[in-house]
Amino acid sequence: MALKVTDLRVYYRTLRGEVKALDGVTFSVADGEIMGLAGESGSGKSTLAKSLIRLDGRMRHAGGTVELDGRELPIADDRAMDEFRFREVSLIPQYSMSALNPTRKIGKMVGELLAARGVPDGTAELERRLELVGLSKDVLGRYPIELSGGMKQRVVMVVSTLLDPSLLIADEVTSALDVSSQKAVATTLLGFRDHGLVTSMMVVTHDISLVYQIADTILVMYAGRLAEKAPAEVLVTAPRHPYTRQLVAALPEVGVRYEDRRLTGIPGNPPSLLDPPGGCRFRDRCPLAFEQCAEQPPFAEVAPGHLVACWKAE
Amino acid sequence: MLKLDGVSKVYRVGAFGGRALTAVSGVGFEVGEGEVVSLIGESGSGKSTIGRMVLRLTRVSGGTITLDGKDISSIRDRKEYYRQVQGVFQDPFSCFNPVFRADRVFAMIKEQYFPGAGAREWRKRVEDALESVRLDPGNVLGKYPHQLSGGQLQRMLIARAVLLDIRLLVADEIISMLDASTRIDVLNLLADLRARGLGILFVTHDLSLGNYVSDRTVVLRDGKIAEMGPTPLVFGDPRHPYTRSLLAAVPRLHTKWTDLPADGTAADAAEDLPCAYHEAAQESRTRPGLAEVADGHFVACSGGGKAAGAALAKKTLAKNTKETA
Repeated sequence: MALKVTDLRVYYRTLRGEVKALDGVTFSVADGEIMGLAGESGSGKSTLAKSLIRLDGRMRHAGGTVELDGRELPIADDRAMDEFRFREVSLIPQYSMSALNPTRKIGKMVGELLAARGVPDGTAELERRLELVGLSKDVLGRYPIELSGGMKQRVVMVVSTLLDPSLLIADEVTSALDVSSQKAVATTLLGFRDHGLVTSMMVVTHDISLVYQIADTILVMYAGRLAEKAPAEVLVTAPRHPYTRQLVAALPEVGVRYEDRRLTGIPGNPPSLLDPPGGCRFRDRCPLAFEQCAEQPPFAEVAPGHLVACWKAE
Repeated sequence: MLKLDGVSKVYRVGAFGGRALTAVSGVGFEVGEGEVVSLIGESGSGKSTIGRMVLRLTRVSGGTITLDGKDISSIRDRKEYYRQVQGVFQDPFSCFNPVFRADRVFAMIKEQYFPGAGAREWRKRVEDALESVRLDPGNVLGKYPHQLSGGQLQRMLIARAVLLDIRLLVADEIISMLDASTRIDVLNLLADLRARGLGILFVTHDLSLGNYVSDRTVVLRDGKIAEMGPTPLVFGDPRHPYTRSLLAAVPRLHTKWTDLPADGTAADAAEDLPCAYHEAAQESRTRPGLAEVADGHFVACSGGGKAAGAALAKKTLAKNTKETA
């Protein structure tokens, strides 16, 4: 089991109290698995991704453990985590456009990064990997401003995986790109796994139809908790959680026109996580809600590899 | 109602403005009353520049934009123009001043356009406008921007435009910052406004959104029209290789990219297809650079004849083989 997260809680400190952005999540990612992590803004998906690599100043580790390849990650200890970063866990940040130093040529910047990690010069390997993502080695002699958005994104992807991490987290890497670059970036991610550069991967996104293209399994989050995890095919064709069902039904597809079939959104808003209500957090918006929903449903397995947090899913 | 005729935009770039960059060249299409026209293109295709020119935020370099036959740059009183044409943009959060309550945008409209309106009458109008975008006035009035969600803020901006009783709305990527569950509500809202006779220019890079809501589609590529026509025709029977490659790249539920014929074969097929523009009879080339292949369905040349279309196909092929290597 590559990654095992048990009852992880991460809260944000704010002036009005603690925001429970991640409130007890338990799941695992197998070796070689690409897991899509989907949810709306404020569902805690980015918090989960971030807390596996670095908690920023406002985030507090309130409980739970993270285990990677049998070793526990000291996520609350910023210094101790340094040993794991990039070697064991690596992240492709959301705005990779701004992750590159504008005053350095790409080659020089990567060289400095490697030196800082105590890795001997890896130019040959770097060039080989650039070629793998479809970039020529000329980019090493260029400044970030000379590259297009999709190219910068791929440079950052190469840099993030240079030390062959066990777990790669891709945080909304395709959101700012055009459809054709989206496809190129997504297939590159798939290539990383297939070439064994990374063992397993978590692809964080709000776009279910995109993650469906590359992920083996998809995990859906809602208001700081897990709603459903299932193989990608199952989650899209036969979701069990009412939230996932409505979410999938609200996606317009090429070929659907509103005159023929008017889609509907999900009425209402997610609850505030400053002081979240007890029980199932989706129940105010849920068409199936009944008395038992006042009690938090367990994230239980309803079919092999298919976990749902809903009383009505059994 | 709105008509663009051979519109071009040339930007001066470089240190001393020495070089010229043609962002839009020779674009012509119309938006009628009660019609949604979606303008689809990738970044750099000039779609936002066209939106900005229609909103008079950017000057037109060549050609004319007319509203009811009147050149919009000849309308001296900008206010008079903005009474009829308004825009809503991508990021609703940056359209509000966080220091003031969100409904200040309505008060500013009153100050500027309706100084004579009575307080009670005005409040009624604001409430009606909010209801028309399906917001509960009691829920949003008096709140600060950070207390409202992106979807609510975006709908307030649309309500602000509706207050002016406009005839044309330029919606530039208004959906892309919203969550999947509220996205569709804003799209349905555009469809409802359309039914009330509002013309909408819907600028987007997302083909599925454009397809869902629009009557006609204009596909832009490098500042030129590649293909345009009724949405079912453009999406159902794309005649330009660029439109086909865009459609193939859209991620879909229920169909994986790998289930589609491998890109190699698709590219080969594209190579064999003749350029729709050059195949068309001479008399069907009714617009400059565009041939009418079906009723109202126009297509441009595949790009410098057959060779360029093939080159495009080869390029995507090379890109794919590199990635799979």
